[in-house]
This record gives sequence, C-alpha cells and structure tokens, in this order.
Amino acid sequence: MNDELAPPTFDPADAAAAAARFTATAEPDVSYALIESPVGTLVAARTEVGLACLSYSDHAGGVDAVLDAISTRISPRVLEKPARLDDVRRELDEYFEHRRTAFDLDIDWALTSPFAEKVLRATTAIPFGEISTYAQVAAQAGNAKASRAAGNALSANPVPIVVPCHRVLHTGGKGIGNYTGGVHRKEALLRLEGVLLG
Amino acid sequence: MNQPPFQRFLDTHREDVWRFLIASVGRDAADDCFQETFIAAMRAYPTTRIDNPRAWVLTIAHRKALDHHRARARRPVPVGAVPDVPAPDAPAPSGLGDGVWERVGDLPPKQRAALLLRFAGDLSHREVAAAMGTSEEAARRSAHEGLKRLREELAT
Repeated sequence: MNDELAPPTFDPADAAAAAARFTATAEPDVSYALIESPVGTLVAARTEVGLACLSYSDHAGGVDAVLDAISTRISPRVLEKPARLDDVRRELDEYFEHRRTAFDLDIDWALTSPFAEKVLRATTAIPFGEISTYAQVAAQAGNAKASRAAGNALSANPVPIVVPCHRVLHTGGKGIGNYTGGVHRKEALLRLEGVLLG
Repeated sequence: MNQPPFQRFLDTHREDVWRFLIASVGRDAADDCFQETFIAAMRAYPTTRIDNPRAWVLTIAHRKALDHHRARARRPVPVGAVPDVPAPDAPAPSGLGDGVWERVGDLPPKQRAALLLRFAGDLSHREVAAAMGTSEEAARRSAHEGLKRLREELAT
C-alpha cells in the first residue's frame, strides 16, 4: 500500500462477519437467495409484494446478470437474505418431492409488461399435470391472435416453475416449444407432472 | 442511477471499511460504526450519483467514526469500566507499526482524520480532501504534520 504508515492488520473473517450481521438485520427492497433444485440452481428474489424472480442460474447471463437486472429494474437495495426466501424454498422442495401441485406464493410482476402479466396469470390457472397451448393462453389473456406475443411473454417468464409456463406447448403436436431454462428442463418438469412418460 | 446490487457493493468494500474503522475507533467499536456506515450507505444508495464508490463509503465511515468520538467525549467512560488487567509493558512500536494507530487517535482532529483516511483508508490526498471537506493542499499538510508529530513522539 505505502511505506509511510502501515495500515492496521485485520482478519478478513471479521469484516465478513460484520457484513453478515449487516445483511441479517438490514431491510433491503429486494432479498435474494440461491436455491438448489433437481432442475438446477435457481436465483430467487422477492420484494415486499412477493416473488419477483426465479431464474435458472445458468441462463439469462448468470447470477450477476440477473441481480443487475433486478437492481436496475426494481431497486439497487438488493441483499442476499436466504431466510426471506424460506417459503419459496419449502414450496419448491414439496413440489419436487411430489407433495405439492400448486404454489401459494404472492408474485411481484415488476419485471413483467402488462400484456405478459395477463399471459402469465392465465398460465398460472393451468393445473398440475395438464397442458395448454400458446394460442389458448393468448386467448385467455384477451387476444386470441397474439400467440406469438404470448410465446414471447412465456419465454421471458421471470418466475418459471411457480408460474408453470412449462405446461404451455405448441398447437397440434408441433413439438414441445421453447423454455426459459432450456427444453431439457421443460421435459423434466413435464415428466415430474406425469405429462411426459419416461 | 443504475447502481450495482447493494450486496455486491457491500462485498466489494467491507474490508476497506473494516480496516479503516479498526484504525479509527478500535476493534470494539468497529462493528457498531460498520453497521451504521452501511445502513446510511444503503439508505442513500439508490438516489446518489456515486462516481467513486470506495471514497464515498469511506467518507461515510469517516463521519460515523467522528460521531462515535463525539458521543464518547460527551460520555466519559467511568473509571470502574477500566479492566484490571495491566497494560503490557512498553508496546514498543518498532517503526510505525500496528500499535501506532492508538497514538494516531490522540493527534489533533485534522491530523488524525488525514492520516486515517490516507493510510488506513488508502485514499489519495485528493480523496482525503474531499472526505474532510478541505483543500488538497490542506489535507496533504495535515497528513504531513501528523506523521511528523508521530515520529517525534515515537522517538522520545
């Protein structure tokens, strides 16, 4: 650093502990946690309103890019507070252990456009183990001709799994369609729900 | 303002703030000042244009340390609170080592602030001046006088 007056020595663990005490008691606008699941690590973030983001950590540019987007679009007061995501973690665990078929989590639609919110709300109504089509959710969102826009809204779903965009497929057996976390994850979720066999 | 998420800001600067605070208020008070520093920083964070985040957060830490010293001056520590354990004989700071920061604490306020920000905070003279609300020349002079006085005291 410099030789005139040496800085005090300190244990980096003390600074880390002080920072941990800060995050434990601070009240950020957005709390996030990394949640492990059978379909990979998820970045979960919530506001006072509800769950705003459940992103696959290897998609959308990774954890840092997801947090940057939250910082820019919701608030930069973002802290890692896993305890604040306990209910999300518990409900996901139950879902993956076949003990839950619907989520009781409030959603914050802050990362979603108004039309996309309508599409995603319509998607939330598709029950566990059933499927729908892009055209159907577009119609339920109020515009039957907007199946392409509905597809875009679904692929930008900020809270996959909880808002079950994996249950929306192409019309007329034209394949499974895209998925925000990659098609292999869509298949895994549909297998879990008994829609796909094997 | 497009700030990075506060968690990243905290992780990036926690060691700089901690090192500055253990030099300026001591280990026991460092945690309280650390908490107050980041609470104030998070409050101002979304609405502040922050060109130099490290200097910004150390300036806040500097002010929290001043608050701490003022509060302590108003509330003298009762004699009963002094531990019975005798102080170790002659800490003998060879050169200007670690124990020297306690002596820095006894310097006049401007010299103390300049040395803390410059050497415990590792800020440039220009950044020190901005943190102290003074000119770069004055910050340089305060640091120089502080160092000179320290050397004189350590020589005796």
